Amino acid sequence: MQQIINFLIRNKHSLLFLLLLFLSLVFTIQSHSYHKSKFVSSTNFISGGMYGWQHSISDYFGLKDENMRLLQENEHLRNQLSLLGVDSVTTKHLDTISFKTPYTFTQGRVIKNDYSKIDNYILINKGKKDSIVTDMGVITDKGIIGIVEQTSTNYSRVISILNSNSRINAGLKKSNQYGSLVWNGKDPNIVQLETVPRQAILKKGDTIITHGRSTIFPRGIGIGTIVSYKLDENKSYYLIDVELFNDMTDIGFIYFIKNSDIKEIKQLEAVSNE
Amino acid sequence: MNRDTLLHIIRFISLILIQVLILNHVDFLGYLNPYIYIIFILLAPININKSLFLLLSFILGLTIDIFGDSGGVHAAACLVIAFFRPIALRTVFGLSYEFQTVKLSNTRFGEKLAYVILLVLTHHIVLFSLEIFNFSHILLIAKKTLFTSLFTIVITMLILVLFRRNDS
Repeated sequence: MQQIINFLIRNKHSLLFLLLLFLSLVFTIQSHSYHKSKFVSSTNFISGGMYGWQHSISDYFGLKDENMRLLQENEHLRNQLSLLGVDSVTTKHLDTISFKTPYTFTQGRVIKNDYSKIDNYILINKGKKDSIVTDMGVITDKGIIGIVEQTSTNYSRVISILNSNSRINAGLKKSNQYGSLVWNGKDPNIVQLETVPRQAILKKGDTIITHGRSTIFPRGIGIGTIVSYKLDENKSYYLIDVELFNDMTDIGFIYFIKNSDIKEIKQLEAVSNE
Repeated sequence: MNRDTLLHIIRFISLILIQVLILNHVDFLGYLNPYIYIIFILLAPININKSLFLLLSFILGLTIDIFGDSGGVHAAACLVIAFFRPIALRTVFGLSYEFQTVKLSNTRFGEKLAYVILLVLTHHIVLFSLEIFNFSHILLIAKKTLFTSLFTIVITMLILVLFRRNDS
């Protein structure tokens, strides 16, 4: 016993080192695995508050651009509305009953955005208080951004599409072939679409959209255009480089997508798994 | 609490703030950020209690991790250089370290540079290996380590030379 205690005292620095190293490795491995509630996260009160404070200052420098972007989006939406022939184009009142869709949108503001690492996260100033929950989709007016991964009372953390753990269902606009969207960590404006079957007919400049095969994103949200493509080694699937519509290095305001049918779909899936 | 302790506490906090609020958003050439917060570890007193030093380094790294959403990579890298700092000191400064008379502010430029290079390289190798965490990306790890180290070393040396205390 005495010897054990002596040993512990003699090597206390190395043991402390090993203990702390083990702890940090646990955090690291946790951060590399998708979908686990994480201990180390910037959604907490101090860091979230500080980023919010920093952003409230730097926000003023981008107001002009942000205004322009909103105007453009309004213009686009008004054009779409007039195409649909909804007779409420001229009035400002829209009640929710007249649009029967399971999807509702909530706006939010990006207060921290990474794009230079392999695993990038985005911090947004809306949280549980604004009924944001895990697994909501996040988009801008131009295209998708990512999926909500963790929420605290006032903040939420979004796993960006520029993250090696992110896998999002996406496909071609003109046909029904689809694959999964991943990122190889190189260029923040180019993502990769994998496992698109060889039968697909591709062309440079084709549009890639979400395909609505999961409960997170509705069908038809823009992602980007094809810049290049090649067959993989087995000659059975295409590897496609997609240039994003969004400039991931410059995101201001975003929308959360809430799917109100998610409970029903989950229930049905649970039944079919039994 | 004497003046030196206060100085170290202020340095600890201000380095974290500078790193998190400014330097993490530099993104020079797309992906280069200097990690100068390790100056705290470089400048910690030679005769500091070793357990305390390890704990402080861990907390320093973990704070950067919390702000950067990077899991525990900075904590691990800081811990490693804190643990191996005595070896680096002995290699670079030799005898004067053994007698505990070394003061980083009045050593020669070459020795200081060697010390900084040694620790920054170690830190960045651990950091990027854990951050990327994939051996098929080993070239990317090497590239990021090399260029970021260069960037960090230049800025760290500038700060060490500019903010030198001439109290000797």
